[in-house]
Amino acid sequence: MIQVRELTKRYGAKTVVDHLSFTAKPGQVTGFLGPNGAGKSTTMRMIVGLDAPNSGDVLVNGKPYASSKAPLHEIGVLLEAKAVHPGRTAVSHLLALARTHGIPRSRVDEVLALAGLTAVAHKRVGAFSLGMGQRLGIAAALLGDPAVVMLDEPVNGLDPEGVLWVRNLLAGLAAEGRTVMLSSHLMSEVSLVADHLVIVGRGKLLADTTVADFVTAEGVRVVTAAPDALRTAIAAAGVTVTSTGAEELFVTGRSAREIGLAAATRGIPLFELTPQNASLEEAFMDLTRHAVEYEASR
Amino acid sequence: MKITPGGVVAAEWTKFSSLRSTWITTGISVLLLIAFGVIASASFSGDSLSAVDLALSGSILAALTVGVLGALLGASEYTTGMIRATLAAVPRRLPVLWSKSLVAGLAALVVMTAGAFGAFALGSAVLNDGVAALGLGDDGVLRTLFGAGLYLGLVAVLGVALGMLVRSSAGAIAILAGVLLILPGLVALLPDSISDPVGPYLPSNAGNAVMTLTQADGSLAPWTGLAVFAGYVVVALAAAAYRLKKTDA
Ligand SMILES: Nc1ncnc2c1ncn2[C@@H]1O[C@H](COP(=O)(O)OP(=O)(O)OP(=O)(O)O)[C@@H](O)[C@H]1O
Ligand SMILES: [Mg+2]
Repeated sequence: MIQVRELTKRYGAKTVVDHLSFTAKPGQVTGFLGPNGAGKSTTMRMIVGLDAPNSGDVLVNGKPYASSKAPLHEIGVLLEAKAVHPGRTAVSHLLALARTHGIPRSRVDEVLALAGLTAVAHKRVGAFSLGMGQRLGIAAALLGDPAVVMLDEPVNGLDPEGVLWVRNLLAGLAAEGRTVMLSSHLMSEVSLVADHLVIVGRGKLLADTTVADFVTAEGVRVVTAAPDALRTAIAAAGVTVTSTGAEELFVTGRSAREIGLAAATRGIPLFELTPQNASLEEAFMDLTRHAVEYEASR
Repeated sequence: MKITPGGVVAAEWTKFSSLRSTWITTGISVLLLIAFGVIASASFSGDSLSAVDLALSGSILAALTVGVLGALLGASEYTTGMIRATLAAVPRRLPVLWSKSLVAGLAALVVMTAGAFGAFALGSAVLNDGVAALGLGDDGVLRTLFGAGLYLGLVAVLGVALGMLVRSSAGAIAILAGVLLILPGLVALLPDSISDPVGPYLPSNAGNAVMTLTQADGSLAPWTGLAVFAGYVVVALAAAAYRLKKTDA
């Protein structure tokens, strides 16, 4: 559990994090969203005590992080910058971190395998690609078998396979009852894995909500061999069905899951079943529009 | 699983020993110490310098490379961003500085003490006929050789402290070279009324006192000199500790 309370950070005259409060709970993936420069990385650095807040405080698993007897067991972090000496091998890097806590060598090999880095374990990190560096950072975050895993833009630089791996990994960690928090400036990326959303802009909290609440799905596009039969199957109060083509329907008021189940029980073949929630990214943009720090001039 | 002081020292040893630059810089330091000692021992004749002083004539340059070793170790935490991972694992922070200093200091002490004895042994073997030979049993020889190891160990700690303090390799090395090499030369240019009382207390002059057999006029007593140098190291460590504890990583 991470409890952020009235956290404020100023660099000179600029307030980068402004009375920010939120809680990331165990068993959930919390997505930490905001445009560039919103203060996400700064907040994450304050959570593990790397930067000192001007006011407010943070509790990790109910206590201040610095007072922990086994910090790596409380929280594992991946911070944005590639925080590794390029001259060290992946194994030496992890081993150096592990030794502080008396974590055995076998655990180092375990997280290397988990991150798919076994083959390059003895290569110098300086030769790693961005994605491999990111995997090493995630391996380091998992080293202490932490109750909280906090990752700053974990999928940065990862290939599609890597993105999927991170997504499954995070969902798995949350299912084990751990607190998982990840930052991103892409709503589409976070909505696939997060349960809980914390959205910030210019250091201020803009929304603290669930993905389900935030996602105002416009509807579901269905392509089926029997549009009329499907219409009847899903008809109910509050459900609208519009025909958009010979075999195409657009449904609101029913989830893709409900439509799929209804079709299956009646043996109606479906060719396509697509939730149309383009509004997700739009809603995020709307919300953060007035809080964008660095905007392309036009 | 928890943080222990021994664990943090082990971690710092892992960091220290897993870098190629560590071995290269250490190797160069020993090589300089021995090579200068052998060359000076073979070529110098006269009675202004003793056999052990000739054997240690590389110690001034070795001090610079050993200091660079420490400075790189300290500053690279910041130049590579590793400090964030380091401090996230050890959020109380200061144990990192103490452990890093201990590892660099002890490693330099052990290797450079061995180097000093090696330089003395090899230097004695090729000693110029014009210089009186000395043995380990002669007055002050052991003190001088162990003194060199102790001084060079402390220089490594000074390097670590400067590296952690200024957070830049180039900056730390420049300060180190300035303090150890340039400052004594500058002070020597000042009028005698200033340079005579101040000179012996300069870091490298104070440190030299413990690793020279033939003391220069006005030099501090050997162990006083080492204590004064250790004082400078403590001040640098305190400044590094203050910055480490008080500022954002
Ligand atoms: N050490 C620092 N000194 C001064 N300003 C800083 C420092 N660190 C961050 N900032 C400023 O604070 C603001 C927030 O930065 P931060 O890196 O936390 O944003 P972010 O939300 O992580 O952005 P991104 O999505 O681009 O990673 C930015 O305007 C940045 O320039
Ligand atoms: Mg960031």
